[in-house]
Amino acid sequence: MARKILKSYEYKPQKLTRGYTRKSLYINVGDLSVKEKDVSQMMIDKFVGGKGFDLYYLWHATQSETKWDDPENEIVMSAGPLGGMTQYSGTGKTLVCGISPLTGIPIDSNAGGYFGPLLKFSGWDAFELQGKSDKDLVIFIDGNKGLIQIEEDDGLPEDTHLLNEKLTSEYAENEDDKVNISVVCTGSAAPHIRFGMLNFSFYDPRRKTCRVKQAGRGGLGTILRDKKIKALVVKFKGVTPNLNDVADISAINKIGVKYAKEMHDRDQKQNGMRKIGTANTVSIMNKYDLLPTRNFQTGGDPEVVKISPEVFINNFLTQGIHDGCWYGCTMACSKTADHFKLLTGPYKDQCVTVDGPEYECVAGLGSNLGIFDPQAILEENFYCDTYGIDLISFASSLAFTMECFERGQISLEDTGGLDLHFGNVNSVLEILNQMSRGEGFGIIVGQGVRRCKQIFVEKFGADPKLLQDIGMENKALEYAQYSHKESLAQQGGFALTNKGPQHDEAWLIFMDQVNKQIPSFEDKADALFYYPMFRTWFGLCGLCKLPWNDIVPADNGKTDSPAKVPEHVQNYVDIFNAVTGKTIDKDELIRQSERVYNFQRVFSVRMGHGTRAEDYAPYRSLGPVTKEEYLSRQELYDKQIRTVHGKDPESMSIEEKMQLQREHREHQFEQLMDAVYKRRGWTSDGVPTVEHLASIGMDLPELISVIEEHKAKGK
Amino acid sequence: MIKVNTEDYPWTRPLSVQELLDEKGYIFPHIVVRINGEYIEEDDYPKRLVQDGDDVLVLHLMAGG
Repeated sequence: MARKILKSYEYKPQKLTRGYTRKSLYINVGDLSVKEKDVSQMMIDKFVGGKGFDLYYLWHATQSETKWDDPENEIVMSAGPLGGMTQYSGTGKTLVCGISPLTGIPIDSNAGGYFGPLLKFSGWDAFELQGKSDKDLVIFIDGNKGLIQIEEDDGLPEDTHLLNEKLTSEYAENEDDKVNISVVCTGSAAPHIRFGMLNFSFYDPRRKTCRVKQAGRGGLGTILRDKKIKALVVKFKGVTPNLNDVADISAINKIGVKYAKEMHDRDQKQNGMRKIGTANTVSIMNKYDLLPTRNFQTGGDPEVVKISPEVFINNFLTQGIHDGCWYGCTMACSKTADHFKLLTGPYKDQCVTVDGPEYECVAGLGSNLGIFDPQAILEENFYCDTYGIDLISFASSLAFTMECFERGQISLEDTGGLDLHFGNVNSVLEILNQMSRGEGFGIIVGQGVRRCKQIFVEKFGADPKLLQDIGMENKALEYAQYSHKESLAQQGGFALTNKGPQHDEAWLIFMDQVNKQIPSFEDKADALFYYPMFRTWFGLCGLCKLPWNDIVPADNGKTDSPAKVPEHVQNYVDIFNAVTGKTIDKDELIRQSERVYNFQRVFSVRMGHGTRAEDYAPYRSLGPVTKEEYLSRQELYDKQIRTVHGKDPESMSIEEKMQLQREHREHQFEQLMDAVYKRRGWTSDGVPTVEHLASIGMDLPELISVIEEHKAKGK
Repeated sequence: MIKVNTEDYPWTRPLSVQELLDEKGYIFPHIVVRINGEYIEEDDYPKRLVQDGDDVLVLHLMAGG
């Protein structure tokens, strides 16, 4: 390695106490300045860590008018106080925030891999990246030596699988040292699209290759390349079980052992996470009419059998290897297709390791594009990862585009000759390659659904009303891959969110649509309070949410609220206290989240967003847009016409029935908004009140100022 | 007639919990079953019978990414 070192900075790595180093790192890649900041007690008390710290720093780094590509926009990342534990599953997450190229408001995303924990063990509770460089950079942090180097790129590869291998080899002293390296990067597509994502690496010594996990949502990889950062590299040797210097290690060990036994005994009877990870649910979603198919038009397809979990397990995914993405995770759901031979693209005929497929991959790159070919899905999976493309936004954007093509809204001429009928694998892969090369129709698709709608209308003469109905975006973020027309609660779970329709806030479809547990608006609002707050907490602490409910204790069904998995909630309370020395209970856990959740909402308000007007969902989220959709569930919809409206469907035209459904569903969504805002302590415009902020201990002057300014504008 | 998740469901014969789950297509592995409020152990699904008038809750828990 002979890269030119532009800046070298030495520091004394701060040891951890009760999960915190109380130091954060700031680097401005515009002027190459490096600063150490103190993490205050107020930050710990109000923001906890992880996404809380990210948002706090982002707020103070930006202004109300800051755009995603302004130099002051930041990428901020943090592992959280529980991050890096090795005694409990799912403790290696890094939380990342920035002003999104898609939404123009704060986005938060998270990834496994080793970067966050190694960064913390190198002395940093959080890491801010600000400014814009005029040349491509690599930033290297050596946590053992206490050394930061900003280096000039000397022609490193653009694509993730090559870049990670090269950087990991360069910074490791030998093969054994590679596990001490983690790289954050994106890929060749990121500069050309708005949903470039971040790959977080960890070295797999059994496969002798770098693996990757993704912080996918919102275009954080696009910001990274806009700042001309090629990669971030951290190196730390010496991970041991108590680097967090926890308050009560024996309590943590006890909880960890119990959970590990539960995983060992129960996983094979429950979700089989250790065999296939989250993709275990593909067939289930299909069976329950929830698997998005051909741009969310229907909830399943007979051909799904070709991409069932068994197909991937039996033909592609390596079994019998512990596949955790951080030390100590017994869920170990990070499966791979090894020695996978690519059939297309610039890496054709090469054998690679494909990380995945996860559920979103099979649903998004498979059924939602009308593709039922496992080889093709894995090929798309690989190219999305190595090119740095968020596959969820890609899938929803392209599914929308394909439906526009099939409905004659855009033509072969408009697409540059690409036949975009559903199921056309070659065209899908070509769109990915165009994104990588920065050319052709792929660049348009890479702008995301909201901007595609505008382009298709203005340039190609498409029907704006139809496109508004079928374009699956909210707040300009593309929907995650669940069909949810028949679950009002999940319609809110996607749209009544801070960052946009990502299912990490709430997944309520079964509770609402199948179990009928939350029939009233108040019930749904309660669920849309509790679950987003509970799940936010994982992001404050550096945790993966899968170990919470993808496995449950044998006696969970006997509890009062099995959906909450009370024993696991108590595990988290106990672990938090055992790490930090604090004495929170399950109610304070929710309040911790509520403070940050409301902070993020006010952050959006500060940027001119974050109100009711932006919480509306496209009609495809709420009900059947087309006759074909109505007919696909005619029995259900006709029954609703009888029971809900007291009318005879036999005497109505399909247009009349669809209109009746639409009026009813849109009215219900309005009522849901009212109920949810009230439950969250917000105005009917969806803005937190000063009184509510005070009640949760979040009446910080900067927040009050934003609320009062918003009120003064008469909003 | 029985109730399954608050909705009427025709009852024609005593059927086991497992048969009811199969009939309804409830294949999700994270399911909690209660009959008239009584928790039913998973091992008892094949033998525990659902009778006319029973109120059956089949709670699907959450999972996934």
